[in-house]
Amino acid sequence: MAPEALLKPQDFQTDVHNDWCPGCGDFGILKAVQMALADLKLPRHEVALVSGIGCSAKTAHYVNVYGVHTLHGRALPVAIGVKLANPGLEVLVVSGDGDGLGIGAGHFVSAGRRNLDITYLILDNGVYGLTKGQASPTLKLGVKTKSLTQPNINEGINPLWLALASGATFVARGYAFDIKHLKDLIVRAIRHRGYAFLDVLQPCPTYNNLNTKDWYGGEDRLVEGKKMPRVYKLEERGYDPVVRTFEDTEPKKMEALKHALQWGDAIPIGVFYQNEQFPTFENRLEDRIPNYRESPPAKQVIADAAGRPTVRVQKFLDELVVT
Amino acid sequence: MRTNEFTWMIGGAQGSGVDSSANVFGRACAYGGLQVFGKREYYSNIMGEHSYFQIRVAAKRVRAHMDPVNLLATFDAETVFRHAQEVTDDGAIIYDPAVARVKLDEVPTVERRVNQDLKAYLLARGLGDTVQDALDAAAQRGVALRPLPMSEFLVSIQKKFDVEQLSKLSRMVNILAVSGAFGMLDYDFEQVAKAIRYIFRAKKNVAEMNVYGAQVAYDYARERWEKEFPFKLRPVPTTERRIYVAGSQAVALGKMVSGCRFQTYYPITPASDESEFLEANELLPTAVEPDAPEAQEAAFLEANGQSVVVVQTEDEIAAITMANGGALAGARAATATSGPGFCLMMEGIGWASINEVPVVITLYQRAGPSTGMPTRHEQGDLRFAIHAGHGDSPRIVFASGDLEECFYDTVKAFNYAEKYQMPVVHLVDKALANSNQTLPYFTLDGVTIDRGALARPGDDGDYLRFQFTRDGISPRAVLGMPGTIFWNTGDEHDEKGHITEDPVLRILMMEKRMGKLDLALKEIPPEDQLLVHGDADADTVVVSWGSTKGALLDAIDGLRAEGRKIGFIQVRLLHPLPAERLAKLLEGRKRIVDVEMNYGATLAGLIREKTGIAVTHAIVKFQGRPMSVNELHEALAAVLDGKAPPREVLKYGA
Repeated sequence: MAPEALLKPQDFQTDVHNDWCPGCGDFGILKAVQMALADLKLPRHEVALVSGIGCSAKTAHYVNVYGVHTLHGRALPVAIGVKLANPGLEVLVVSGDGDGLGIGAGHFVSAGRRNLDITYLILDNGVYGLTKGQASPTLKLGVKTKSLTQPNINEGINPLWLALASGATFVARGYAFDIKHLKDLIVRAIRHRGYAFLDVLQPCPTYNNLNTKDWYGGEDRLVEGKKMPRVYKLEERGYDPVVRTFEDTEPKKMEALKHALQWGDAIPIGVFYQNEQFPTFENRLEDRIPNYRESPPAKQVIADAAGRPTVRVQKFLDELVVT
Repeated sequence: MRTNEFTWMIGGAQGSGVDSSANVFGRACAYGGLQVFGKREYYSNIMGEHSYFQIRVAAKRVRAHMDPVNLLATFDAETVFRHAQEVTDDGAIIYDPAVARVKLDEVPTVERRVNQDLKAYLLARGLGDTVQDALDAAAQRGVALRPLPMSEFLVSIQKKFDVEQLSKLSRMVNILAVSGAFGMLDYDFEQVAKAIRYIFRAKKNVAEMNVYGAQVAYDYARERWEKEFPFKLRPVPTTERRIYVAGSQAVALGKMVSGCRFQTYYPITPASDESEFLEANELLPTAVEPDAPEAQEAAFLEANGQSVVVVQTEDEIAAITMANGGALAGARAATATSGPGFCLMMEGIGWASINEVPVVITLYQRAGPSTGMPTRHEQGDLRFAIHAGHGDSPRIVFASGDLEECFYDTVKAFNYAEKYQMPVVHLVDKALANSNQTLPYFTLDGVTIDRGALARPGDDGDYLRFQFTRDGISPRAVLGMPGTIFWNTGDEHDEKGHITEDPVLRILMMEKRMGKLDLALKEIPPEDQLLVHGDADADTVVVSWGSTKGALLDAIDGLRAEGRKIGFIQVRLLHPLPAERLAKLLEGRKRIVDVEMNYGATLAGLIREKTGIAVTHAIVKFQGRPMSVNELHEALAAVLDGKAPPREVLKYGA
C-alpha cells in the first residue's frame, strides 16, 4: 500500500463485490467519493464513512476507510457521536432520500441546528430502491414511476429548502453522472467549516423511469438536433453562494432558496449556499470546555496503568458532605 | 419518649419549595450525625399539584421509608387533607391556622376519588369537610394539632427586613414549617441554621432572612409544644465521613469515575436529573499521574482536566445511536432514559449488540405501560430490558439495589460493556433516582477500570474487527487508530465487518456473540451476580432485585429481631441469569417469596424459566409508590405465619 500522502482513488476501493444494478448512478458517486478522498490526501484511518440503510448505504463497504453502516435513517446521529467523541476524524455521511428525508428527517433537521463539521451526502433518486421502488419523500406529487401501483399521493419535499431552513451552512447539489464536478463539490463540502449538505441527483435505472440519465441529460429536448441538458451549473451562470459577512446571511439565503426552487427544464447543480460565519458545534463546545479539541471524549486517559480512575471527583463529593 | 427514631413528612404545591425545605430537614439531621432516608413523591406537573417528601431519621443506617408519619408539617390545605390520616396517634400536625377553614371542594387538585373517600371518612366521624374537620378527625385519635401562625410570622419578617411585597416571602412558609418541627423535636438549632445557609448558599440575603424566620418558628413551637411531643431528635457525634446524596447524583458520580466521557439523553422523567448533573459539572479535575506531586495543584488540574460531553438529542433513537457512535470512536459512552425512551432505543441496542459496541444504557424505570404514571415508581421493565429488540442479541442486564450500588455498579457496567463488547442495561428506577440518603463518603479504593481486550495500531489491511477467537472476544480497535480499518454493519457480517448471508459464517458469528454471555457469567464476580442477606439457611427465602433492597433489608432485620428466620437473595445480574447458583440456593426451601414492584412478578417467571423452580409466594405492588419497611414486614410476617395468599398486592402510600 502506498504511503498515505500518495494514495490514489483506486486505493480507496475495497475488494467487496459491488451489487448495485448495472447503470446505477451510485457508481459515479462512489467514484467521486474515492477521488475526493485522494484529492484531499486524507490518511485512511482518519476518515469514517457513516451510512444508513438502502442501496446508498452499501457505499460504506465499497470505500477503503472506516465504514460504519448503521440503521435506516440513523446515519446522522451515529456520525455525530463519532465526530463529537473524536473531532479529529473526518466524518462523511452517505444516505438515501428515503433514509435521510423520510425515516431520518428528524435527525436531518437537528443536524442543521448543530452545525457540526461533517459532510452529508444524500443519494437522491426519488424511490426506495432496495425494497423495490416505492415512492420516496423527494418524488413529486402525482407522478407514477414504474413500480408504483398508483400515482404518488404525496408532494415531494425539497431537500435543499429543508437543509437551508434547518441551518445547514453549506448546501449544494451534484449530479451522479458528472463525476468530476461532483468530486469537486465533495472536496469543497469536506473543506467547509461546518455542516455541509450535498444532495446528489442519482438516477435509479431500475425503478425510476422518469428522472433518468437521459431525462437529466435532455435526450428528449432537441433544439436544432442538439440535446438540451436539464442540469446546468450555477457557477457557469455567475452565481455566488458564499456569505462573506454575517449580515450577508439573509440575502444569500434568499437567493439560494430562489434557485433551489428551479426544477423541470432547468435544474441547477453546484453550491447554493456557503456560510462560515456561524460557529460550529465543536466551537460552541470549546467555549464551555476549553481543551475539548486536544482532549475530546475519545482521547482522555481515564485510567492509569493499574486501572485506577484518573478523574478526581472529591470536589463534587465534598459538596455533598454532611459529617 | 422516643429519641432518634422518627418519620417526618412535608407536603405542598409543586413549585412552592417543598424540595428545599425537605432538603433543609434532611441535611440538618445529617449534620448532627443522624442518618436519613428521604423519598420524594410528585405529580407530572410543573406547578400547583401536590408533592410531598417523607424522611425517616435514626441513629443507625436507615435504608427505606416507613408509612406512619410521626410529624406532618404542612403549610397548605391539601397536605392536611391528603396526609392527616397517615399520622400516628401519638404524632402531631403542624399547620397554618389561616387555612383551617378551607373546604375540600375548594382544592381542585384533589382527585374526585380522594375527595369522595375523605368526605365519607369525615362524615362517618360526624365531621364536615374543612381542613379543621380533617384535623379534628386526627385529634379524635390523639394526634396533637399545632397551629403555627406562619402568615403572622411572615408579616413580622417583612417588617424586620424591610421587604416591599409580602408575596416575595410566601415561599418561606415551608422553612417555617420545618423549623417549627425542629422546635417540637428539641433539636439543635445550629444544625438547622447551617442547613438553611447551605440550601440558600447562592443568595446570602435570602439565607439570613430564612434563618431569622426559622428561629422565630423554632422558638414559638419549642416553647409551646416541645414538652408534650413524645419524639426527640438529638445530635449523635460521629467520626464517619458522610455524604447526603440522591440516586440520580450517585449514578452521575459513578459515570464521572468510570470514565464515561460522552453522555446523550432526551429529556424524560426521572432520568434527566442525572444528565443535567453531569452537564452542570462537565469539567472534571484530573491527575494524569495520580501520585505525582503536582497532581493536586490547581493549575495542573486545570490544564489536564477531563470533561464529559453531554448532548441533548432530538429523540431517544438519536440518543442511543449517537452514544454508539461515541463508543465506536473510543469514548466510554452512555445514555440515560426511562421506559418510554427505552422503547425507542431498540434498534440502536440491536445494532450495538451485533456490532459488539460497548455502550451503557441507564434505565430509570417508572410506571408503565405507555406514559403510565411518569413520576411514579415501578420495576416493570425487567423482561423488556432482557429482550429489547428483535433477534437474539446479547446484552448484559445489571440492577442496582441501593444508592451505593448505583455509584459502584455504574463503573462496573462500563467495565462489563467493554470487556464483553456488548450493550449493558443498568437498571435503576424512580425510587432510587428520587431518594436521598446519608451514606459513607464514596471511596475509590478498589474501584478499577477495565477496558477489555484492545487492538494495537497495526499494519494496514490485516485487522479483523470481528476476528474469531477462543473466547469470542475480538481485540477492539477504535476509529482513528492507524492500521485498523474495519467495517460495521447492522447486517450479519464477516470478520472484517462486511455484509454476509453465508449460513456457515452466520453460525460462527452467532455463536461468537452469544458465547460472550457464557463468558460473562463465568467471569463476573459472584457478589456482582447475586447477594445473600439474612439467614442463608432459613426455610423461607425472599428473591428480589433492584430498589426493593432497602425496605427488604430493614423489614428482614425487624423480623429477625423478633426471632424469626428469613433470608433474602438479591439478584443483581439479571441477564445472563446466574441460574445454576440460584437453583442451588433455592432448592429445598419451604417458602420462596418473590418481592417486586410490578404486576406480573417478572423475576419469579424468569427464575421458573431458567431453573424450573416456582416461587410459593409473590408480594407485588404496582400503584406507583415504593414499598415501605412496615408493609413488607407485615406481608412477610404473614408468609412466615402461613397466613399469606400466594399473591399479595401491597397498597400503602399516597
